[in-house]
Amino acid sequence: MNLAQIIKELDLSVVTHPQDFASIEPSCGYASDLLSCVMSGAQHHGLWVTLQAHANIIAVAALLDLCGIIITEGAAPDAATIAKANEEGINLFTTPRSTFWVVGRLWELGLRDR
Amino acid sequence: MQPPLIVSTALDRGIQILSITDHNATGNIAAVQKAADGTGLTILPGMELQTAEEVHCLCIFDTLEQAHALQAIVDRLLPPLANRPDYFGDQLYVDENGDFLGREERLLLSSVRLSISEACHHVHRLGGLFIPAHVDRKAYGLLSHLGFVPADLPVDGLEVFRLSTPDQARVKYPQIASYPLLHNGDAHRLDQIQGTNQYYLEGPSVSEIRQAIFGRNNRFFSFFPFRESVL
Repeated sequence: MNLAQIIKELDLSVVTHPQDFASIEPSCGYASDLLSCVMSGAQHHGLWVTLQAHANIIAVAALLDLCGIIITEGAAPDAATIAKANEEGINLFTTPRSTFWVVGRLWELGLRDR
Repeated sequence: MQPPLIVSTALDRGIQILSITDHNATGNIAAVQKAADGTGLTILPGMELQTAEEVHCLCIFDTLEQAHALQAIVDRLLPPLANRPDYFGDQLYVDENGDFLGREERLLLSSVRLSISEACHHVHRLGGLFIPAHVDRKAYGLLSHLGFVPADLPVDGLEVFRLSTPDQARVKYPQIASYPLLHNGDAHRLDQIQGTNQYYLEGPSVSEIRQAIFGRNNRFFSFFPFRESVL
């Protein structure tokens, strides 16, 4: 399961610079809105699902070398957050769907929590 | 908590400045100001604003007009949910004697659709202090929800929850050690009104308090331990 398939299947909007998404395979998935939990719980190269759109999510994703963040519930990162994500090479996706729906679809597509 | 009792309790404990910071609300400040009129106690208008990230932030002003200007923004950006008094309790407005004036029908417990950066910007634009509250608490605390203090967020200090002294918090959370740390004085009951932060000021104003928080112009503040246990 690569990011290109996930973007297509979940109809995600890509808000950072386009990449060769077909070549990026998340190792696993993780969902939480508490950044303190994410820092201690998410796995390297994982795909993170959250409704937090604050710029701190980029630093957390960079710290853990996550392959991308799916921002749910229509939350919109501001321009500075998107710029920082591009700078750090973090892929940001948005969707109006809920975290529950996104995680359910990712699980159906075969992504697991570790 | 009735305004005359808030005022008399604060005066009994030697408190000279008290801020009223209801959750996303400013409707009871005028009553406490009137109750304090002529007593020597200064009531600074404030609000405990809950940002989109679910982080509680203290916003403290000099005037009621400034607080009401923030309220106007909050009113536009608060989700239109009705309060359920059986779950969340009544949200009452009272006068300076504590007599019933009205009931807030909107649920004040929810998040305002403002990021913490936007909230900070508005509060500073209006001339207020912006202090993330109980940053070390799991519930609605900055460190839990945002992981760390955003480097570009121009806070006027951070408040640590009453279970730790500022010095203990510095050891436990080295990432906040370089910020001015205020002790949590958040009183939900009369016996929690303690006055644990002492400010050395020329007068009771936001500008003086900011100078004291940052230790400028011979103003400073210090932590003053509890006189009695309210934990």
